Amino acid sequence: MFFDQNPSIVLLLTLFLPAMGAFLLFFVQKDSVNIRYIALSVALINLLLSLSILLGKEILWSGPGLSWSLGEYGVSPLVPYINAVFGLRLDGLSLALVSLTNLLTVVAVLASWRIKQRIKEYHFWLLILITGVLGVFMSSDLLFFFLFWEIELVPMYLLISIWGSGNKEYSAMKFVLYTLLGSGFMLIGILAVRFAVGTFDIQGIIAAGAAGTLEPGFLSLDVIYVMFLIGFLIKLPAWPFHTWLPDAHTDAPTPVSILLAGILLKMGGYGLIRMNLAMFPNVSDKWAPWLAMLAGFSVIYGAILVFRQTDLKRVIAYSSISHMGLVLLGVASTNIIGVSGSALQMVAHGTITALLFLTVGLLYEESGTRHIPDLGGLMPSIPKIGSMLVFGGLASLGLPFLSGFAAEVTVFLGSFSVNPEATAVAMFGIVLTAGYILWTFERVLFREPKDRFNRVTDATKIDTTAMILLAIPIFLVGVYPSFILNIINSSIKPIIGG
Amino acid sequence: MDINFIHIAPEIIMVVTAIAAIFLDLITDKKKILAFACSGGTAIALLCVALLAINQASGYSFAGIYVIDSFALFLKGLVLSATLIVLFASSSYATKLKTFQGEYYSLTMFAALGMILLPSLTEFISIVIVLEIQGFAFIALTALSKETRSLESALKFLLLSAIATCVLLYGMSFIFGLTGSTFFVDIALAVPNIFEGNTKLLAILGALLILAGLSFKIASFPFHTWVPDVYQSAPVTTVAYLSVASKAVGFGLVLRFFYAVFGEQLDIINWSTIVICLSVASMVYGNLVAISQTNLMRMLGYSSIAHAGYLLISLSLIGIPGAIQLSGASILFYLAAYSVTNLAAFVAIALISSDHEKISDLEGLGSRSPLVAVGLTISLISLTGLPPTGLFFGKVYIFFAALENGYWWLALAGVMNSFLSAYYYLRPVRLMFKGNQNTTDVSEPRNNILTSSPLIFSAASVILLGIIPFWIYDFAEQAILSLG
Repeated sequence: MFFDQNPSIVLLLTLFLPAMGAFLLFFVQKDSVNIRYIALSVALINLLLSLSILLGKEILWSGPGLSWSLGEYGVSPLVPYINAVFGLRLDGLSLALVSLTNLLTVVAVLASWRIKQRIKEYHFWLLILITGVLGVFMSSDLLFFFLFWEIELVPMYLLISIWGSGNKEYSAMKFVLYTLLGSGFMLIGILAVRFAVGTFDIQGIIAAGAAGTLEPGFLSLDVIYVMFLIGFLIKLPAWPFHTWLPDAHTDAPTPVSILLAGILLKMGGYGLIRMNLAMFPNVSDKWAPWLAMLAGFSVIYGAILVFRQTDLKRVIAYSSISHMGLVLLGVASTNIIGVSGSALQMVAHGTITALLFLTVGLLYEESGTRHIPDLGGLMPSIPKIGSMLVFGGLASLGLPFLSGFAAEVTVFLGSFSVNPEATAVAMFGIVLTAGYILWTFERVLFREPKDRFNRVTDATKIDTTAMILLAIPIFLVGVYPSFILNIINSSIKPIIGG
Repeated sequence: MDINFIHIAPEIIMVVTAIAAIFLDLITDKKKILAFACSGGTAIALLCVALLAINQASGYSFAGIYVIDSFALFLKGLVLSATLIVLFASSSYATKLKTFQGEYYSLTMFAALGMILLPSLTEFISIVIVLEIQGFAFIALTALSKETRSLESALKFLLLSAIATCVLLYGMSFIFGLTGSTFFVDIALAVPNIFEGNTKLLAILGALLILAGLSFKIASFPFHTWVPDVYQSAPVTTVAYLSVASKAVGFGLVLRFFYAVFGEQLDIINWSTIVICLSVASMVYGNLVAISQTNLMRMLGYSSIAHAGYLLISLSLIGIPGAIQLSGASILFYLAAYSVTNLAAFVAIALISSDHEKISDLEGLGSRSPLVAVGLTISLISLTGLPPTGLFFGKVYIFFAALENGYWWLALAGVMNSFLSAYYYLRPVRLMFKGNQNTTDVSEPRNNILTSSPLIFSAASVILLGIIPFWIYDFAEQAILSLG
């Protein structure tokens, strides 16, 4: 009711609250614990905001969602001549991902309690990063979508290269360069689309794409489609653009790994659905079989590489590649079930991977190593962390009644009729997943307890809160997926036209 | 002889201030007074430009040599604002110069005088004279510290400047010989005739020589070799000034001459092809060589060459019918955004220390002087072309201009070069915020609000341009429309 009538307040608040919190930090003393409380309260307010929208869905999600733009208030376009208008839009797909982002922000801030070094700057960049990601999911204008897409780079670069570990400078730069390479192509695509349609408004472009009036003069639609595709496949990431991911994930600090795997990869999937699929329906159909092949290959490739990893974080990183392949598979199905499934997979993977990175990060902090052969028999000394790790792992391998299962089944249901071979290959990947997850647990948590892990302590209250916060949605989405699926469907339906 | 004193009021004020600075230097030992006197003069000149702009002054004077239009006023405003920031920054930086502080200020004012005259000139001889006025001022400024290295680079600067002027004059002489006039207006009338028949080759050669000569001013390929050396050894504030104002004025001159004379027939001299070649060469060369630099000033020097390359993308389009509105305005917008960005960078460097910085010296700057580090970071992010900064929109405009005219591969080349440049722009950012390891015991000079105000102002402008680009773009568009 309130949100219905005042979309500007809820949208602007959601988007800019983290950034406002970031600038508020300037007025707090260095190394004060208040920094953490400010970041946490900002994240909590945003989470409550998106929860209240989620639960009020009957009122809001029957229609096209909330939207607001500067142009409605008679303000001239912020970017003259090419007429980009700052506008925000929150429909089902955006809402699902915005809620995921807000949840993971809370978790990341809680997980950051273990970071002791220069926390003011750290939280500043963290909150700026969140505003960037939220802007990507909420922009209704293609140029501002791109703007937010790029805003996220500098915070991420600094978060990895300063607070990370290992070969952090290399990994951070690799992440930035890969993303920039993709977004370079994307920018050309965006400008070409604007040139063809005459507007940056995403809904307008989608309408033009559906009506077949999206006809650029000098670049064929296929070329523009591919330019967008490269940008999103790098972010997703799919083979062969995945090599930045294991490095960045491994060397980032735990909370940043959570955000990177939990929400930044989702920007790629979001783009694939919102841009590639919706704006170029005919071209998508043509390219779908190739995407399906790529997806199947990514699933298997990521899963096989996991077996060779000895670093626990790299295990999860490669399993991310494998699972994000399922997102691509769903997109390649180009039907409503498959695409909804891939959106659901994004939400599921976001929470599951976040839980895995969180628990592995804690395990590493407590035991001092991530090298799998050195680990073993940890379960008795860290029951909380261990059981949550097992819970996350089981969700990841697709145990029924957990969110991973619901998402994977939906993707396969949608995809099998269209791309049976690729789907079969991807299904085999699930078997591999079960194999490596269980094998990893066996080596890390069970076996004979080692003496040197006797002193290892379990999770603190804050860590436990963070883990439970992630476990709840994994379970809830698993038992009642149609809640979130309906919300997603409300905005997938108009795209696919089903 | 139609003399319009109101139109040249800014120039008169600058001359008076420059000469006053020389005499003031003789009678006072407090050189800061000079800084304030010069800033005062510049501020009044800027006010005059603003008043001229508000009253929409326009028209020729001095027998058609000198013109006032929105285009000239835009560039004058840009140059004078840059002068003001540089003078403010100099008030603390110039005290590090052991000798010639008074000369520093008067030379800067003479350079400013030359640069605000140039956008208004529409005649060959006066252009060459004024180019020399500001050129010599800059050469003398480069040599000011009298260290071996600055003398060497000043000599290099002088020789290359002389060659560039020769090339320019040579080209002008061809055009003069063919048309019998040194005025743009007359040349424009003769253009359709001289580019036909047996004079065609000569005329094309003349035009290209002029372009080559002017490429010295905009620091682009093929007359770019002076850039890194001068950047490394001249006083930092002078480099700031040189990189910003001189480039802006150079592009203004190229735009005015080639667009006024050829209009939309530029392609009779293969304009697009040639400028695209220069553009790609500048971008690729600048960015690739910048990657391997260890000296911050040299790195920014090569980056300046690369940015000339981005600007040349738009410049290559001005001859296409109907394209001037976007391509011209995008050049002016980019120049404005680039000016505040580069000023922020150099003013930050000037605040750090007296010596020329190695990139590795930046380590830990974030904890030593956070304000300077943040200012430099904003500037480097803008140079990369990441939002929310002015050059993000600057690049978007330039790439859109290229796409609008079908040059999508040129836009792609520009985008890929921005991608390359991220590698060397972001490394210093990480170094600055890396940690507290204070390996060198550099005690940073305490920066008070007055000395850091130019940095705050320029860094804030960079962000402001990245959030609401329309407040400069509208002026830029108006300026470019007054050309045609």
